[in-house]
Amino acid sequence: MTTKLFGEPVRRREDARLIVGKGRYLDDIGHSALAAAFVRSPHAHARITDIDVEGALDVEGLVAIYTYEDLHGAMAEPLPVLIPHPQLTAARTGHPLANGEVNHVGEAVVMVVATDRYIAEDAAERIVVSYEELPVVVGVDAAREAAHAVHDEIPDNVGARHHQETGDVEPALAASPHTLSFTQYIERSASMPMEGKGVHARWDADDRSLRVYSSTQASTSVRAAIAAKLELSLEKVEVVAPDVGGGFGVKIVHPWPEELLVPMAAIALGQEVKWSEDRREHFISSAHERQQRQDVTVGYDDDGRITALDVHVWHDHGAYTPYGIIVPIITATQLVGPYVIPVYRVIVESVYTNTVIVTPYRGAGRPQACYAMERTMDRIADALDLDRAVVRERNLIQPSQFPYDQHLTFQDGRPVIYDSGDYPGLLDKLRALVDWSSVEDLRAQAAARGKLLGIGMALYVEGTGPGPYEGGHVQVLGSGKVLVATGLTSQGQGHETSFAQIVASELGVPIEDVEVTTGDTRRFPYAVGTFASRAAVMSGNAIALAARGVREKALRIAADVLEVDPGDLEIDEGLVQVKGVPGTSIPLRTVAVLSNPLRYAFDEAAKQATQFTTHDDTRPPVAEGDAPGLEHRDYYSPIRSTFASGAHAAVVEIDTQTWEIDVVKYAVVHDCGNVVNPMIVEGQVHGGVAQGVAGALYERMAYDKDGQLQNASFMDFLMPYASEVPDIDIDHQQTPSPLNPLGIKGAGEAGVIPGTAAIASAIEDAVGRRIAAMPISPTELYDLMRNDDTELTEAHRRRSGTGAMA
Amino acid sequence: MKPAPFHYADPGTLEEVLAVLGQEGAKVLAGGQSLLPLLSMRLAAPATLVDINKVPGLDAVEATGDGVTVGALVRHNALLHDAAAARVQPLLARATANVAHPAIRNRGTTVGSIAHADPSGEMTSVLALTDGHVTVAMPSGRQTVGWRDFFVGPLETSISGPAVVTSAFFPALPPRSGTAFAEIARRKGDYAVCGAGVVVTLDAGGRVASVRAAYVSVGLTPEVHDLTDAVIGQPAESADWAAAGALARTLVDPDTDIHASADYRRLLVGVLTERTLVSAAAEAVGRTAA
Repeated sequence: MTTKLFGEPVRRREDARLIVGKGRYLDDIGHSALAAAFVRSPHAHARITDIDVEGALDVEGLVAIYTYEDLHGAMAEPLPVLIPHPQLTAARTGHPLANGEVNHVGEAVVMVVATDRYIAEDAAERIVVSYEELPVVVGVDAAREAAHAVHDEIPDNVGARHHQETGDVEPALAASPHTLSFTQYIERSASMPMEGKGVHARWDADDRSLRVYSSTQASTSVRAAIAAKLELSLEKVEVVAPDVGGGFGVKIVHPWPEELLVPMAAIALGQEVKWSEDRREHFISSAHERQQRQDVTVGYDDDGRITALDVHVWHDHGAYTPYGIIVPIITATQLVGPYVIPVYRVIVESVYTNTVIVTPYRGAGRPQACYAMERTMDRIADALDLDRAVVRERNLIQPSQFPYDQHLTFQDGRPVIYDSGDYPGLLDKLRALVDWSSVEDLRAQAAARGKLLGIGMALYVEGTGPGPYEGGHVQVLGSGKVLVATGLTSQGQGHETSFAQIVASELGVPIEDVEVTTGDTRRFPYAVGTFASRAAVMSGNAIALAARGVREKALRIAADVLEVDPGDLEIDEGLVQVKGVPGTSIPLRTVAVLSNPLRYAFDEAAKQATQFTTHDDTRPPVAEGDAPGLEHRDYYSPIRSTFASGAHAAVVEIDTQTWEIDVVKYAVVHDCGNVVNPMIVEGQVHGGVAQGVAGALYERMAYDKDGQLQNASFMDFLMPYASEVPDIDIDHQQTPSPLNPLGIKGAGEAGVIPGTAAIASAIEDAVGRRIAAMPISPTELYDLMRNDDTELTEAHRRRSGTGAMA
Repeated sequence: MKPAPFHYADPGTLEEVLAVLGQEGAKVLAGGQSLLPLLSMRLAAPATLVDINKVPGLDAVEATGDGVTVGALVRHNALLHDAAAARVQPLLARATANVAHPAIRNRGTTVGSIAHADPSGEMTSVLALTDGHVTVAMPSGRQTVGWRDFFVGPLETSISGPAVVTSAFFPALPPRSGTAFAEIARRKGDYAVCGAGVVVTLDAGGRVASVRAAYVSVGLTPEVHDLTDAVIGQPAESADWAAAGALARTLVDPDTDIHASADYRRLLVGVLTERTLVSAAAEAVGRTAA
């Protein structure tokens, strides 16, 4: 049956449109709109002493200038703390425009609106803001030391102290046969979607209604935020996410100042206003992630089994905490990975710095968590002279142990209970895929070529598909067209294809008849958003349930017409037919027509449903409890997250003259339960691995001590090109989730999570020196190799007997 | 990221170009691959852009026995694929292959890159290493300026007032010589962390007579370093190229930036010198035998 497309590698239906330039991104909307540009702080920490707009006033084409003084009511209040948490005791957010103080370079101070963006920038350039500079805090260590405070009233710079424990860790460590401790660091990177943020707003003064387009991952919540901040009734605001050129997390944050200020200006000016973020703005005024200092103490036995784990993380959250402590919580709770950790304590101190805010970027705290756990495994193996894979194997949760309760509380406020998985299966597949046992041969071959070769692996468990809910609406039109809507947004994941596959399979219609709309509050006003690898799990299941509702109604109506039992009917290729009786059928589109009893025959098909055509006068046209139309709306709300898993391995070769690091092999074994579309899942893995390699070897936010970002362009921020991303070998494992009807788990972020850990391990294996700070570049590796204080690995001592530089 | 207002002129003759360049704050636009990003970031705000793309006669590569003349509108990609130029001076194609990405090479010009005088550019070093010169058109007439006099500092040349570089001349590779060019960049096509171009010349007996090297992203202006002393008189096949690399490391004075420390660049100078000399010497041997 051609309509059973669930699990098939259907080509992405949206790609042709997007590739040939027919996408409709934010900046494609509103060509005649006024343009907004911003004066942003050039200082990382300063008091604003004066704003002089005089010089801008004679710029021809200037329309309006706004400063904090022009914000009123709710707009003058701080931006919301989107996700409050009892342990976030000192939350701070900025204002839409700076209120007397700036806390990072790039913070918006003045908004200029002009007839086009060029003129807006001309005017912005002429506005003189005077500052009194304040001491600057950059980096987790400076924040910890707290010689200076980012916010005066928070002298220790600690916004939250997140603490979870599953037992009494100190006695458990004391009773452990062995313990080891180490400190390591991981740097900042960022989502860096090809399309930056952007907002377009149009106010209909007659209707007193507002339409906002935003390049967002959460249109329904942006709508609610705009209504609240601009004090509009919700039904007068609609928000649409058009084609969105990538998100990777940064666009889940909302409301961004611009998402409020642009509509505010559109209402005030009675004209369309648009702001389209440029790349420099994206670097200095959007969001970053990943910087942490991690202090790890682990207890283990002679076989390498962990007995206790104590982790203290200092997490740099930047200048403000609009997204709460979601990233620290994810690090804290996903750190334990696929392992049995008898006693675990984690403390994450989330600290303020005078840098761009930190909010989820694909992986969202998990790459750091994986880095902590997996490098711990490597250290245990090294100390005991055991194979790194064997140490991991001995600590794995076994398939018989599911559901497995880690006794932690996840980012959704619900318990970390792994629903299903086969972690030994992953490890076995990974060893085979990367030929783990061949490494000594490869090492010798590389040495003969003057190269150092190393291998590393990393495993992870990823909580995906958190609630609270998503919904789906499926409607069959009289034309046979099947309209599908869900409220969450798309940023290139292929939802137009994967959601259509689900509906085609559930409903029995050709995929060509299915049209999917996402992220449009006019079509579906209830939603949470696209983040945490949740779209397929949440909306996928909601849409499946909605399609099942439509199917049930269609069978009921068709059964009436065909005078059979609904149980005897099936739907295939858009035809409702009696099973095993070819020819006894009714097209689904006719069922759709009949589902809506009519007075008026507005077209040919409608005639079939008009009052003198239908003859049963014993019942009301619409039965009690029923509704007109062949449509159904349903919601999926999970009891808790579902946990996907995977294992990656990297083989690196290092040039001993130039210290260039080449990832020569990269292997992925991936388990996201049932797969809707394996081609899309592989694409997600590829993209994730690219960002994993980026975070391990290329990308960082190079802040200087004054809080100036020195590489705020694609020339100096080294997002890897295709030429830097290794070929990726993928093997799949499918352990369905028992938690949702489709048995699926999220796949969006998985690829990025283990990159840093696996590559750090591989480099350490190659050079025999401890890698305790990532990312690492050739110049840093050179420094590490010639520094006599660099710690050698035990493996290196055993291998060479000397400890001399390789 | 929108440029400040500027006037635009695209005259059809060199005389008119020079006339417009006589105005305050006028700047030449050829391929625009360096200039336009500077404009967009408002790091440069010329009053007038003088687009020279309509001026005839500036788009030719002329290769003679003496060397290669590259006109001001010759795109990197054209030079890269010019077989005659590659025969006369093989360094041109070898270096140009390292210039950025195809899209940039299709628009950017070799002469524009030289006139931009970026010490991270490949062609500035190649002009120096080949001991080339540029021809500059001024209202008073044309003048040739040797590379030593042309490069004054990073992004700074000795040319001022209304003037446009109309061509660059790269002398031919001398007899019994070989060249090589290599660079190391963090990403393929990026500005080099360090690049090296070398010319090795042998005597009639196949022994090293001269070794010269120039580097990319090392120092503020192009410099040519004479490494002959490290290997003079040694047979080309077995010369101690590592010694030449070691000598090079003592001669350069690189800077630290966010991508590489000065020490690391110095390391790369040594490694790239040795690596390029091995292949340049092999070429020189081949040409000597022929």
